[in-house]
Amino acid sequence: MGLSASKTYIAVLLIFAGLVLSGCQSHPSESDNSLYLQLGERSGIADVVEDLLYLIVADERINHQFKGIDVAQFHRHLTDQLCELSGGPCTYSGRGMREAHSAMGITNTQFNALAENLILAMEANQIPPVAQNRLIKQLLPLYPDIRHL
Amino acid sequence: MTFFLNKLRARKFLPLLTLGLLASPVAMADVGSRIWATGGVTSIEGSAGGGLVPWAMLGSYADDEEWGGTLALSRAEVDDYTLAVAGAGLNWNNRVEVTVARQTLDLDSLVFALKDGFGLEQDELNQDIFGLKVRLAGDVLYSPWGQWSAGIQHKRQRDFTVPNAIGARDDSGTDVYVSGSKVFFAAVFGRNLLVNATVRGTRANQGGLLGFGGDLNNGYEVMAEGGVGVFINRQWLLGAEYRQKPDNLSFAREDDWWDVFIAWVPDRRLAVTAAFVNLGDVATLKDQQGVYLSLQGSF
Ligand code: HEM
Repeated sequence: MGLSASKTYIAVLLIFAGLVLSGCQSHPSESDNSLYLQLGERSGIADVVEDLLYLIVADERINHQFKGIDVAQFHRHLTDQLCELSGGPCTYSGRGMREAHSAMGITNTQFNALAENLILAMEANQIPPVAQNRLIKQLLPLYPDIRHL
Repeated sequence: MTFFLNKLRARKFLPLLTLGLLASPVAMADVGSRIWATGGVTSIEGSAGGGLVPWAMLGSYADDEEWGGTLALSRAEVDDYTLAVAGAGLNWNNRVEVTVARQTLDLDSLVFALKDGFGLEQDELNQDIFGLKVRLAGDVLYSPWGQWSAGIQHKRQRDFTVPNAIGARDDSGTDVYVSGSKVFFAAVFGRNLLVNATVRGTRANQGGLLGFGGDLNNGYEVMAEGGVGVFINRQWLLGAEYRQKPDNLSFAREDDWWDVFIAWVPDRRLAVTAAFVNLGDVATLKDQQGVYLSLQGSF
């Protein structure tokens, strides 16, 4: 039985080594703008959002949701939001995420479609995978508001 | 695609975009909408997971408005055995996964031991596994507490003579498990980390290939299984798994399993997994280790 207990211990160790590792990495300093710089500052982010818009238009899973929106304002607001979230010197002036998406009934399928397009847009702009991951990490807290959960 | 990625100046794209936003029918992506590589691969028991352990993710890329399926062929070649697995799965709305798998274990060198020791002429063991997994809560990417699923694997021996001779009690059995999986973004030097933990109740000997229950223990026991993986990028996942095992037969000691794997997921249609596996002692033959290769197609 001592043997089997130690086996369980090894399994638990293996699993939680990962959790500890992830914990170690998650304390960026207050004024950290390295992600903002990796994204190419505001103009780099604006390019990503522009490409994202083209991908949305071509994506039949989600383009119906965007019919009739004010494209220029959407582009500016999303760019400011990503700029601010990545530690850049911008101020997002649009609505809160819950309010902005409340009437849309966004499904997980649609959320993933948009996430996929965002990743493709970042790839098209040569944003390194590490910066992509860091940006998505910043967006995670918005998920329940956007899905209206 | 390239057309849309062309660099146009913002002024030019505005009218173009408005034109594009005319009514268009809702359509599903061909191979599902979940993010690349989040379907896991087909484990040796058919359920979505890694190689040896089921994970909380459901197979294929079906999301909450979609159907999806997988087909997989896998092969493990260790010192004295070869295991071949053919598996198929369906996923409804990323809620329910139904799988079937056929395992064939070539006994290779054990054939002689069986003949001398038991007078048995058998060179392979076959088992069918019917799996059902339900996503209970959460999303592996987006939920702070990860994704949680529960599943069963009903296993039926097709050749019970050998397991019976070495002391197994039953020719069929049902494993029950609960799994939690989560991706931590930018967790390891900016790479995404996948962590999985599974708890299984089982009576299976060597996963069921040597029957169910035995003389040392005939009841359900709780086993801990787990895995971690790091996404090098969105196409490559490097990781390791561990699977605790029961030890029900006095005929031969049963060891825990572990593997180190690399998975390549060039797009949603294809996943290729290669691993180094260590199965420990298996039916008296010592220290069985070798290579594992698995091909999975999703649709
Ligand atoms: C990470 C995911 C998302 C982020 C960060 C995000 C961000 C934003 C931002 C900043 C705005 C502007 C709000 C304003 O101008 O007040 C917005 C609006 C909008 N979003 Fe999202 N969004 C996300 C996901 C989605 C998804 C999945 C859909 C639908 C499939 C969607 C559909 C829309 C639409 C249609 C608008 C325009 C609303 C309007 O102008 O009336 N969003 N989003």
